[in-house]
Amino acid sequence: MNIIVDYGLGNIKSAQMALNKAGIETIVSDNPALIEKAKFILLPGVGAFRDAISALSEKKLDQSIKKFADNGGLLVGICLGMQLLYDRSFEHGEYEGLGLVKGDIVKLKKEKKVPHMGWNNLKIYRKDPLFKYISEGEYVYFVHSYYAHSQNDEMIAYADYGERIPAIIRKGNIIGFQFHPEKSGETGVKLLKALGEILNDNFSGN
Amino acid sequence: MLTKRIIPCLDVKNGRVVKGKRFENILDVNDPEILGEYYSNAGADELVFYDITASNEERSISLEFVEKVAQKINIPFCVGGGVKTIDDFSEILRKGADKISINSSAVKNPQLIKEASEKFGNQCVVLSIDAKKVRKDKWHVFLGGGKIDTGLEVIDWAKKGVELGAGEIVINSIDEDGMKKGYDISLLKKVVSEVNVPVIASGGAGVYEHFLEAALEANVDGLLAASVFHYKEIEIMKLKEYLKIKGIEVRI
Repeated sequence: MNIIVDYGLGNIKSAQMALNKAGIETIVSDNPALIEKAKFILLPGVGAFRDAISALSEKKLDQSIKKFADNGGLLVGICLGMQLLYDRSFEHGEYEGLGLVKGDIVKLKKEKKVPHMGWNNLKIYRKDPLFKYISEGEYVYFVHSYYAHSQNDEMIAYADYGERIPAIIRKGNIIGFQFHPEKSGETGVKLLKALGEILNDNFSGN
Repeated sequence: MLTKRIIPCLDVKNGRVVKGKRFENILDVNDPEILGEYYSNAGADELVFYDITASNEERSISLEFVEKVAQKINIPFCVGGGVKTIDDFSEILRKGADKISINSSAVKNPQLIKEASEKFGNQCVVLSIDAKKVRKDKWHVFLGGGKIDTGLEVIDWAKKGVELGAGEIVINSIDEDGMKKGYDISLLKKVVSEVNVPVIASGGAGVYEHFLEAALEANVDGLLAASVFHYKEIEIMKLKEYLKIKGIEVRI
């Protein structure tokens, strides 16, 4: 089963539609038991880190997402959904994240306009099957004010915005997109197509 | 590098795109989602739908188009027109819009900017400002389609809006609107130098050079236009190729 985690925040229709076109049929659910046993889960996210992480813990979804990841299912986070995967965030305070990826979420530096909003090009940092249909320098749509600051062991693509902004991260069965593939035109479609293939080729489950 | 965005703007009334007679000959449809898809394929980086439906009752029906657009296109889009409350924000964002633009309602109730940005994030809140020159190097915020002078200075209001949480500023130059003599570069320059969020130029674009001027001299982040795109006086892809040759970063 493929699930988009519903924790009451943000618009999930565009993401669901885009995944559907990439051959990943999903249901939307907030049922911890279902999520634990799924084959694929998408953690969407628009809004503030604090609201998101507290909504997840209220619904006991944080534990089930961690179990799901430990069980080896394909976990994908988009935008805030990616940031939630990290240890901590400093968005309006200090909050603990899911801790599945090492690093902190910190504010973009002031030299550039914040939010980082618009089309920026992807620089490939490490080869990955996710890049099967795209080439270096294609544009994707970003909109965020915070970014993942880490040792970059998990970074597979980045964008330049004053500094290197991790754009796509991958740690085994965990993938994160800082930008919105579902809003990134043809390039987004191609990335999600490759994601669908990764899911079919490497992940089994119910 | 972050690109300059090219943004067509479409007026919607009762769920249908409002077009001039000449526009109708080009595309024999007025469904927002079909025109949205057309512009998305034509190279637009983002779209703005401005709902001009008169009454609140009719507007909530009209807004059904937002859902259809969200299902059809895979680039970001903004919806504006008649948004007055947090509930309006919720409803439109839930239907799938990425951003909401507010104008007169923000002037009347600046707290709306703060509340909406705290609830939905500042990237969702676009402050649209109708600007009119009142004397040399002085622009005021106008309402009612340029009829009512609020007395507010455009630069002050833009700064206040960003302080309250607006994530983007659109400057509609009422003097230039429909004149096709170019964007108001001196005003845009001032706004860009005073705020640290993206600024979108609107009103006055007629030829390629106008887009270049605003991108190069005023260093705006986005270039919005309506009629030149609708009447196909300018094709987006050709405009982007022109800008690219002139050294402007665009998504091609």
